[in-house]
Amino acid sequence: MAGTRPYPDDPAGPFPAPPTSFEDRDGRTIEIQASDDFETTLEDVVEMYVEFDPTDRAQGIPPTGEQRIRNWLETIATHSINVVASHDGAVIGHAMLVPDTSDPDAIDDRADVEWELAIFVLQEYQRAGIGTQLLEHLLGHASEIGIERVWLTVERWNNPAIALYERVGFEATGTESFEQEMAIRLG
Amino acid sequence: MNVLVGLVGSDESIKTLRQTVDRTNEVGDDLTVAVVEKPESKRSQAEMVDEAEALLSEAELEAEIVRLEGDPGSALVDYTEQGEFDQLVIGGGTLSPMGKIQLGPITEFVLLNAPTTVKLVR
Repeated sequence: MAGTRPYPDDPAGPFPAPPTSFEDRDGRTIEIQASDDFETTLEDVVEMYVEFDPTDRAQGIPPTGEQRIRNWLETIATHSINVVASHDGAVIGHAMLVPDTSDPDAIDDRADVEWELAIFVLQEYQRAGIGTQLLEHLLGHASEIGIERVWLTVERWNNPAIALYERVGFEATGTESFEQEMAIRLG
Repeated sequence: MNVLVGLVGSDESIKTLRQTVDRTNEVGDDLTVAVVEKPESKRSQAEMVDEAEALLSEAELEAEIVRLEGDPGSALVDYTEQGEFDQLVIGGGTLSPMGKIQLGPITEFVLLNAPTTVKLVR
């Protein structure tokens, strides 16, 4: 399936790169950092997903239960690109890119691969502007390390998420099923 | 129960058939296997029919295999409507690299249009 999706002709951005620190709409100080070694951040991210309200799951992720969450993250950990948002030292948001290839060890140029994006923000931190910041900084980080093509799917009825993705420059690329596919070009 | 299983020729189809055959043997359902035409599939319609035959004989299960022409979703729903089926079984989605469950357009069409209970096999 790799290499088959349509992408906008023009690159979006530029996007800001992490690290950054800002005050959210509720006056909380939020830090955004890239996690270059995801193994060390994994535990904090697992903790966030344990707290995550399953009513906000999308297409089966995140799974529920600590062991299933751990298995899911460990499966994608080695080759994924991760940016996390924290408040008072705890991870409250996580955005990631996973390469769409059957052989991630063989990637020698990140621009050759399409990257799937997902982003989750803990419920009590939603609607405070954190998702937009997290998303923009993930794309800024991705652009810095040579990623050019990013895609995602979102449930077609999830209008707030679709609006967020459109705001940063994602374009709808197909509507033939329950999931809306969207794509953005960074370079 | 009278069960129809719909296959397109993907690896997911093989898994769906295996599980359905096991279930059929356990509970003594009547099974019909429908193989649709989906040109972009890993296996052609003929190859899928061959694999289905092999799988059924290996499981010592007698089931009619039919080939359906035309648009896959529509053909499956039409065939289900014409027969006396209690349940239509299809593959229940693929996983994206991220692990997201993705349902394709055929699945969506079948879910929205089939007159019977539809079972999605994961």
